[in-house]
Amino acid sequence: MPIVWAGEVTPKMKASAFAYARATSVANALELLTAHGEKAKVLSGGQSLLPAMNLRLIAPELVVDISELAELRGVVVKGGVLTIGALTRHVDLLKSPEIAAHAPLLRDAVTHVAHPAIRNRGTIGGSLAQADPASELPACMLTLGATIVVCGPSGERRIAANQFFAGIYETALTPQELLVAVELPVIPKSSTHFFHEFARRHGDYAIVGLAAQALVKDGQFADLRLGFFAVGDRPLLAKSAGKLVDVAVTPAVLAEASSALNDELDPLEDQQATPTMRRHLAKVLLTRCVSSLLARPDLCTGASA
Amino acid sequence: MTAAVAISLSVNGERIEANILPRLNLADFLREHLKLTGTHVGCEHGVCGACTVRVNGDIVRSCLMLAVQTHNATVETIEGLSDSGEIADLQSAFRERNALQCGFCTPGMLMAAQDLLKQSASLDREQIREHLSGNYCRCTGYQAIVDAIETTAQARSGRLP
Repeated sequence: MPIVWAGEVTPKMKASAFAYARATSVANALELLTAHGEKAKVLSGGQSLLPAMNLRLIAPELVVDISELAELRGVVVKGGVLTIGALTRHVDLLKSPEIAAHAPLLRDAVTHVAHPAIRNRGTIGGSLAQADPASELPACMLTLGATIVVCGPSGERRIAANQFFAGIYETALTPQELLVAVELPVIPKSSTHFFHEFARRHGDYAIVGLAAQALVKDGQFADLRLGFFAVGDRPLLAKSAGKLVDVAVTPAVLAEASSALNDELDPLEDQQATPTMRRHLAKVLLTRCVSSLLARPDLCTGASA
Repeated sequence: MTAAVAISLSVNGERIEANILPRLNLADFLREHLKLTGTHVGCEHGVCGACTVRVNGDIVRSCLMLAVQTHNATVETIEGLSDSGEIADLQSAFRERNALQCGFCTPGMLMAAQDLLKQSASLDREQIREHLSGNYCRCTGYQAIVDAIETTAQARSGRLP
């Protein structure tokens, strides 16, 4: 049978014309952003910006390329704080001994971010500033209690992660500001974590995902932070986690937490999943997470997806 | 500033000087300006992997990098890896195992596979699949591609079947 190419001809996708400025320093980048504001876009790794430009979803007049600013790349631990420069690439997070020791949740999360060729360019600052509700790192920032450090014309601002994400592709950043770093408190040695997401294919954006960090003492949670993603217009630090802390977790307690979680979710519909499916998968993740962190396989019976 | 920007870079060991518009991506620069058409342009938004090249030793999507960003960089394409003989064994394994049909994805597959083979020679099939998860093939069903890479890994580590 001959192959019939029935689809319409798809036009080539190219970015529209724009001016380009290679920033020579953070101060220089801020000058450019102050002058051009909303007409400019910051280019770091380009792994979200350039697809959007190729698809003509956005057409900035000016692209401010900060990717050569070496001072914004790297991981430093000092005085109980892990500071990650905005231009630290996903591959750097994967390979960093500091991340492995002090924020292993991030390392696990990054293995789910796209593919090696994209992780070689994509940056943590870019991912957070993009604020895709289905991406992994914003949820990790909520879970880990990060502070987002931004610079603007009037100096530095420090924004708690739970105040930073404002909606789909929306953050507390103004067009004149540049995200320069994130700071994470070093996790206690006894802290444990869980990361899992459901996706159609490895490396795709998640249908639903969960980044969790916990302190377990004598078979109970002394602390539990649950950062869900792709369950609404922004990542969610679930308050229902509180129902599982300092109690003996029984199937009834877990069911109550699960029901409370359901009330917190506001999932969107897209071509990947319906809101109902997302609610179901979020509950499956909660059950698996609690079961895994408490080493209680008995809690997992019946949780299938 | 919308005017052409001067760049100087190394492509497959050759020094290249060019004046290009900022909107030109690296894939189009390689194909249209340098006539290195082994780098294929598929989805143009980073999903299919057909445009995979190396920049400063790391594999990247050339559709998701502006050509102006390669100023002072070292770029290697499938032509470079092929001509130098670096992947001769891998290409041979692809041929022998019929790991390609139409060949559109093959340059990207080879770039991604060689990147993995350089990192480790003891690979299991799961690791191979994971590393190639960002490279789409619409013909082979991947099985033969994984076979060819596995065989190459074994041969390179002296564990030839």
